[in-house]
Amino acid sequence: MKGIIGKKLGMTQIFNEDGRVIPVTVLEAGPVRVVQKKELAKDGYAALQLGYDENRKEKNVNKARKGHFKKANVPNYRVLKELKMEGYEVGEEITLDIFEEGEFVKITGTSIGKGFQGVMKRYNFSGGPASHGSMFKRAPGAIGMGSTPGRVFKGKKMPGQMGNVKSTVDNLVIVALKNEQGLMLVRGAVPGAIGSYVVIKSNSPISVKDK
Amino acid sequence: MNAIKVVEESYRKEIPPFSIGDTVSVSIKIKEGEKERIQVFTGIVIGRQGAGIRETFAVRKISKGIGCEKVLPLHSPLIDSIKVTKEGVVRRAKLYYLRDKKGKAAKVKEKKFIGK
Repeated sequence: MKGIIGKKLGMTQIFNEDGRVIPVTVLEAGPVRVVQKKELAKDGYAALQLGYDENRKEKNVNKARKGHFKKANVPNYRVLKELKMEGYEVGEEITLDIFEEGEFVKITGTSIGKGFQGVMKRYNFSGGPASHGSMFKRAPGAIGMGSTPGRVFKGKKMPGQMGNVKSTVDNLVIVALKNEQGLMLVRGAVPGAIGSYVVIKSNSPISVKDK
Repeated sequence: MNAIKVVEESYRKEIPPFSIGDTVSVSIKIKEGEKERIQVFTGIVIGRQGAGIRETFAVRKISKGIGCEKVLPLHSPLIDSIKVTKEGVVRRAKLYYLRDKKGKAAKVKEKKFIGK
């Protein structure tokens, strides 16, 4: 597997050779550096800890983190993420050159938070009529049976926090790479607000086959 | 936001300035199988919509007595060239009223050159 950490910069549209309009999300992908190597013998699993976004004031980094970064001889990163990758040494830089145009990726981000929402917005319940003396407008309605079972089932769709959860989109095509600017253009939407951090991973062949 | 502008700029084209009411000749590339030819569509610009790379414009002409409109992305690679043949005097941003007019009433007044 290969992957990189990036930032969502927003959406726009571009034209392909046929003159068709393609909606694209512009991402800043990398560069990242390996901060730590997790080893099977020592940590029980093999992974690379990657650091991204060195635009951080020194006073905002606590001493423990500072030591951690100093050990690897890397700048004070904002984001640390572990990915199951191999073949890189501590301190080594990874850029978006590891990806090619036309490749499929899956992108993980934190979806935009919508706050505490009712069932109509959160789960697309129909609700009731708005007018004509209707006294049932946006309520969820019945949430279960009577004395049998005498309780509400677990997982019942009810009002609550919507959004602001980890979300992954599979099989996004890399439309273009702008290596000198460090930008990646993928077709379609990516979870998260503008400026939020995302993890871009190559799509495993299994999930491509599933589709 | 700046990076988005950089991306958009790389797909932008040089467009001659034209406004609503102008008569333009748009050369459109048309692919027929392997061959590619150019079709010229001449008509009045009845609207422009959007901004930046997303901008589109609508051209209307009367073809054999039947009104015909094309809405094209301004920066589409399928547009070979845009030529302004006439400048029109209009007081509206969208000339949709032309759709209900016929003959002489469906004309747009031409801009006469007035010296400084």
